[in-house]
Amino acid sequence: MARIRIDEEHCAAACSRHFGSDATIANLRRLSGGASRETWSFDAMVADGPPQELVLRRDPGSSIGGTDRSTEFHLLRAAHSAGVPVPEVRFLLSEADGMGAGFVMERIAGETIPRKILRDEQYERARGLLTSQCGEIAAQIHAISLDDLPALPVQNARTQINQYRAVLDGFGEPHPAFELGLRWLDERAPTNAEEPRLVHGDFRNGNFIVDENGIKSVLDWDLAHLGDPVEDLGWLCVKSWRFGNSDLPVGGFGTAKELLDTYAAISETAVDEEQLRYWEVFGTLKWGVICELQGFTHLNGLVRSVELAALGRRVAEMEWDLLELLDA
Amino acid sequence: MPDPDTLHDRPSAAELVIAVREYLEQDVMPATEGRIAFHARVAANVLGIVERELILGATQAAEERARLVELLGHEGTIRDLTIELAKSIRAGDWDSRQAEVLPCVRAAVRAKLEVANPNYLPTEEEK
Repeated sequence: MARIRIDEEHCAAACSRHFGSDATIANLRRLSGGASRETWSFDAMVADGPPQELVLRRDPGSSIGGTDRSTEFHLLRAAHSAGVPVPEVRFLLSEADGMGAGFVMERIAGETIPRKILRDEQYERARGLLTSQCGEIAAQIHAISLDDLPALPVQNARTQINQYRAVLDGFGEPHPAFELGLRWLDERAPTNAEEPRLVHGDFRNGNFIVDENGIKSVLDWDLAHLGDPVEDLGWLCVKSWRFGNSDLPVGGFGTAKELLDTYAAISETAVDEEQLRYWEVFGTLKWGVICELQGFTHLNGLVRSVELAALGRRVAEMEWDLLELLDA
Repeated sequence: MPDPDTLHDRPSAAELVIAVREYLEQDVMPATEGRIAFHARVAANVLGIVERELILGATQAAEERARLVELLGHEGTIRDLTIELAKSIRAGDWDSRQAEVLPCVRAAVRAKLEVANPNYLPTEEEK
């Protein structure tokens, strides 16, 4: 496969093709962050219109799990129609664009870096709003009719537990701490009599674009699936996403009570702390397995990257957190 | 302290790694921005892991092997014993003996963190 080059020429050709009018490109640059997907920022001047501020999101190599970009594109469109704050998608890359699998969406101004959101004075007011906004937005996502969504796999707790065991076996590296966690999760797996809901799958601090008024946009729908909606709430509380503010379980900015109260008020679904804890343990294990997966994405040559290599050694952090949670 | 059992000249492997880490931290990071600066910081952190593993690795391995031999009751390499432990946990063999297996697994994870990210471990006051 020829190596794909992302340059102004290719972006201009793609924009001209999809917008149906000659486009020129400026300020193309690769954004940091996103260890598993590439994101590029650029401005497009199309015909006589004002410059469009855009983002290209694409797969760097072949996919390493998660949805494909076309599914993510249609998901974002469905979420946008349902009133969930997400960037508006513009077009899906086609074969003729020669830039691989990806899509272009509007660029939303704001901050995504968790440490800034948690510490900068600029976001002080926002910090007071984030927890209830998370509860509201999660309820909105979980209320989207399945009829409006692209095909997504149903992944309840037990199907994912089995997937993680298979993933770990595939790498062949033994992890007694993960095995203790998987055993704990397997024994307590919820049976979910209710119909599965849309689960964002990566709903956390770091995937929110935030300004002075709180959450403007929810990004990274790459791990979306159908399943138990409490999974999103538990994942939001995983210790890694508190970025040092360990005593505030919700993203390092809020309490579980406020999150669950807001969520219950809008979704009319009561979630108890025990359910939340189950999915927090689950999320801790999931993040640990993802770290290992990303380490191996580097090791097996799919994407060579020092960032991915470093994630392989972060596995121990999640093993530690998992043991702490099991022991509590 | 110089390694009494090496034929190589100073700087030692650990000292060379420190030199590269300092170059990344002091020269590359301040002179770059965005993605390159971020990856330079990641790379410096990675070299910190290598430094600690070079210093602590041998002692940690001896301790880990001793713990696993004690828990499983027979000799073996760390890898083979860990594979056996992981499989037996998955099979449910330790379900009624969590109190035996947890301290052993926790000690191994603690040792990994002492190398990978010692700041992640709780300090004495936090315990």
